[in-house]
Amino acid sequence: MIEILSSGALNTVQDRGRRGLLSSGVSRSGAMDIQALDAANALLGNAADAAAIEVAAFPFRLRFASATMVAVTGALAEVRLSGRRLPPWWATEAEVGDELTIAPPTVGARVYVAVGGGVDVPELLGARATELKSGYGGHEGRGLRRGDRLPVGERLSGALPEGGIGGLPPPGRDRSDEPLRVLPAAEWPDFSEEARRLFATTNWRVTAEADRQGCRLDGPELVRERRRELLSHGIVPGTVQVPPAGRPIVQLAEANTCGGYPKIATVIETDLWRLGQAMPGDDLRFVVVGRSEALEALREVAEWLDRLRGAAALYRVS
Amino acid sequence: MADDFTLSQAGTGALLLDVAMGDAFDDGRQARLLALAANLDGVEGVEDIVPGMNNLMVVFDPLLVDAGEIERRLAQGWAGAVAADEAGREHEIAVVYGGADLQEMAAHLGLAVADVVERHSAAVYKVAAVGAMPGFPYLSGLDPTLAMPRRAVPRQGVPKGAVIIGGGQAGIMPITAPSGWHILGHTGFVLFDPHRATPATLKPGDRVRFTVAGVEP
Repeated sequence: MIEILSSGALNTVQDRGRRGLLSSGVSRSGAMDIQALDAANALLGNAADAAAIEVAAFPFRLRFASATMVAVTGALAEVRLSGRRLPPWWATEAEVGDELTIAPPTVGARVYVAVGGGVDVPELLGARATELKSGYGGHEGRGLRRGDRLPVGERLSGALPEGGIGGLPPPGRDRSDEPLRVLPAAEWPDFSEEARRLFATTNWRVTAEADRQGCRLDGPELVRERRRELLSHGIVPGTVQVPPAGRPIVQLAEANTCGGYPKIATVIETDLWRLGQAMPGDDLRFVVVGRSEALEALREVAEWLDRLRGAAALYRVS
Repeated sequence: MADDFTLSQAGTGALLLDVAMGDAFDDGRQARLLALAANLDGVEGVEDIVPGMNNLMVVFDPLLVDAGEIERRLAQGWAGAVAADEAGREHEIAVVYGGADLQEMAAHLGLAVADVVERHSAAVYKVAAVGAMPGFPYLSGLDPTLAMPRRAVPRQGVPKGAVIIGGGQAGIMPITAPSGWHILGHTGFVLFDPHRATPATLKPGDRVRFTVAGVEP
């Protein structure tokens, strides 16, 4: 059991989200930085679909009411376990009564706290992810509050060595100014040549209207040359819509499953973490890539995760 | 002859087939799309088949199945798609009509409230697609004389069970959420229950009739 000592409404239980239910109007939800979640679970030898806590409101404090393993990944922040400072992307054993505290991040926006065996809230529609917008899943369909007690699943792996183990973040993490890779989407040809050039060369500013549903960007107006009304259509997280005002919105984990705005591009899944870790006022850029490059990026991340999982297993005592 | 569809990428793991002819929704093309959707069910690597309004999004695992293969299936499948005969189920949904929007709508359309209720409950609607919100049905078949432009500013909390009209479409709110559509009345009919294995009650291809359970001032 874990007991939440201080939290904000934006801190939620998340896993890899719900797949295959867009056709029922059910958003994917899940972690905004899937790779950080995956790394935390890999360090602990958890199942890939284990749930963790996504921390987006700081400072965050919790107490372990039972002994467990804990891994902390994602944004860079000062993390302490009963006073002991933990390095970034680190996993260690936690004793009964240990307190974990996480200060506001210095780089990034969201920190992931995983425990051995995962946060064991009931599964709903095939996942444990909280859907904040519609109020279901996770812990009572809402953000975590002081006094909440979360059950911990059965750990699947042996103990971590004294002091703990660290994991190497996925490729590209250290280059925070890398552009987000996108594939052109349905209405790409409808935009003027100038709009397409601006889209790929502008330093887009993340506005305060950024949450788990989507992220509104500020910059020059993107003009559509061919204006036509679109009927409602399915959209996926990563879709870059351009409403009539001409400033893009990137749809994210809790995006509505259908939209009606023109879509200029789609951020590839591998790079969605950059939006999950973006703060209002940050700048970001887009670069248009081809299908094969996007696939190569997916494979690279899958290989990184395999390596991390394998390396972590060598250190755990079984 | 030019193709009567467009195919586009929606990221690495999704493709969008758009068969809309201009901005008017077409029931016949939708029926063919739903037949195509049923045919794609069970294809290896496909994880979600999402009908929209005269379009279809297919979500797949690009490491399991090649996008080109899905493109080929969509293009060939659309060319050969034939609408199935009245495939879906029929639902009767009891509505208590009433409220400020209903009065306003009647005034805007130059109709008596009783006429609006009559025309809304006389039609047989088709569930064209489900989405945007959990379990939200896009209903086609609204009497064109009841079409109402959406509100300029959406309302923040349109309640669950509200029976609504937006443009030429009809709908029902599955959960309390923001919406710019007009409210004609309310129903207790459950559209979405996350505790069911199939959370959405209505499916594309189903038919809906509204019955008058009451008219309140």
